[in-house]
Amino acid sequence: MAEPVPKDVVVQLRDVHKGFNVGTPFETEVLHGINLTLHRGDFCAVMGPSGSGKSTLLNIVGLLDRPNAGTLQVCGEETTQLDDRALTRLRGHNIGFVFQYHHLLTAFTALENVMIPMLGANGFPNAHMRERAAELIESVGLSPWKDNLAGNLSGGQQQRVAIARALAMNPAVLLADEPTGNLDTKSADSVFALLRKFNLEQGTTLLFVTHNPDLAERCDKTIQVIDGLITE
Amino acid sequence: MFTAWLPFEWIVAIRFLREGRLQTLFIIAGVAIGVGVIVFMSALLTGLQSNFIRRVLSTQSHIQLLQPQQVTRIQRSGTDAPKGQVEGAIVQPPLQQTKSIDQWQSVAQQVRAMTGVKVVSPVAAGPIMILRGSATRAVTVSGIEPDTYYRIVDLSDKIVRGSARLTGSDILVGLDLASDLGVDVGDKLHMTNVEGANNVLSISGVFDLGNKGANKHDTYTALHTAQSLLDMPGGVTSVEVTVQDIYAAEVIAQRINAATGVEADSWIKNSAQFFAAVSAQTTANTAIRFFVGLSVAFGIASVLVVSVVQKSREIGILRAMGISQGQILRVFLLQGGLLGFGGSLAGCGIGALALLMWQRFALNADGTPLFPLEFDATLFTVALVLASFTGLAAAFAPALRAARLDPVVAIRG
Repeated sequence: MAEPVPKDVVVQLRDVHKGFNVGTPFETEVLHGINLTLHRGDFCAVMGPSGSGKSTLLNIVGLLDRPNAGTLQVCGEETTQLDDRALTRLRGHNIGFVFQYHHLLTAFTALENVMIPMLGANGFPNAHMRERAAELIESVGLSPWKDNLAGNLSGGQQQRVAIARALAMNPAVLLADEPTGNLDTKSADSVFALLRKFNLEQGTTLLFVTHNPDLAERCDKTIQVIDGLITE
Repeated sequence: MFTAWLPFEWIVAIRFLREGRLQTLFIIAGVAIGVGVIVFMSALLTGLQSNFIRRVLSTQSHIQLLQPQQVTRIQRSGTDAPKGQVEGAIVQPPLQQTKSIDQWQSVAQQVRAMTGVKVVSPVAAGPIMILRGSATRAVTVSGIEPDTYYRIVDLSDKIVRGSARLTGSDILVGLDLASDLGVDVGDKLHMTNVEGANNVLSISGVFDLGNKGANKHDTYTALHTAQSLLDMPGGVTSVEVTVQDIYAAEVIAQRINAATGVEADSWIKNSAQFFAAVSAQTTANTAIRFFVGLSVAFGIASVLVVSVVQKSREIGILRAMGISQGQILRVFLLQGGLLGFGGSLAGCGIGALALLMWQRFALNADGTPLFPLEFDATLFTVALVLASFTGLAAAFAPALRAARLDPVVAIRG
């Protein structure tokens, strides 16, 4: 049994291994024993060359993927033994995602996209969700566009909607996989500023994958993932 | 904006369908055509069959009560003989004489009192010779009570010349018999029975039963006239019965048989061949419906399979946002159900329209519809419910596939 996790630790990985095609001749291990602890309010940049395992790390922390070995605790809960239903619940309530490509649902408006995670958790729409979504849209500065279909917004705007959506459930951890990767410098700056703002105001823990050293420098700490191992 | 009373799955399913506009439209059109064909064909066949049945039953009663067949019993040996031994095991079947139904008055009364029975009418029928100059014709004469019998077979409706009046010396003859003998209304016919008894009747009407054999060999007289011609005073050879529900005829016939002991044959039993044709038609129709339904199901399934592939990234995102596998499954099941329901709604419209067109354009020479069609609400309801379920069932495989998508793979695209 692992020793108890201190209260302000939100994510803890111990000796996490992850490989693909395990048990076949094409087996490749991507992560070779990762140890990582994130505290409440951490703003941590993740850097590393392509294919080094950054995205895999994020997927594992985000409970989208399971480690082959090692343990992962999220918000004090040991996750390696949980079934899909429990993982989905834990993910929905504690983890937000922002991807390189915004991945909004194009059939819905900006405001509706932000409501979706709350709607999924609650089952039926209600006024509270609408208010919360409107607040989030306001805080990312998109109120005038809130009723536009997601597909009709610019790249920067879409990424901001994605951030608002990721924050809808007020998650403890926000995982951002190159959220500024395909934005121009100005948009990238404003998206980064937005993440920073939520990090400071809400105490949201951030794991921020980027190739941009300038942005990484502005984070609290930077970890390098190289060949499936972390060097801080 | 989201409708407050719609749950998450419905909202997403409807949006997805609306987003894939052309796809949705095409598959709904496909389902609609399938359902339309099923609705139209079923209504057509039901109309056709009930029209057939109506025609068959316009010249015969629903149940016919007859004297039981006379049988010859095998003579058993005495009690001393070894068990199972019989004497004279080979017997000749007896001659079936034209005989009156025993106690027919009380039988008729008993049957009249039964539930579901509409009209009871006695008939005395038998063979007779018609003499006209040097010509003779063997015909069947049916003695009837006009007021009850005309409610079973409406002869007055089939009279082409003269009237359906039947007093003691009247006879109605068929069109072909009249032309064979060269006679018409008002002419006299000389009738002789097998025993040589004579009677002269005058033709009061000429009928057309729509069947050459019947027009040649059937004649009708008043009941007592036939009784005296056939030499069975007061007797009848059959009692004709009509019932409220024609499909219950066989059941009622069995009840009559059990209660009175007379042989009761329903039209269902007597028209076995006709019924075989009807049931063959029904089987063919069921097969067609089944295969149309199947192709509708495959259509819906294939559209949803494509939709799952198109939407796999969005499905991954939904999963990342905490949407469960069950919710994704339901979103796609619902899409199938909605496609089935929407398509069948349009299909019912198409079917109804086709039925209207049929009634408008498929006409007899005289401008009346070929046969009347009924708009059966049950048919439309069943079509709606079945198509919706077909949609749900068809969506199952694609929905399962959507729910089982690995979010990591789906998001990476």
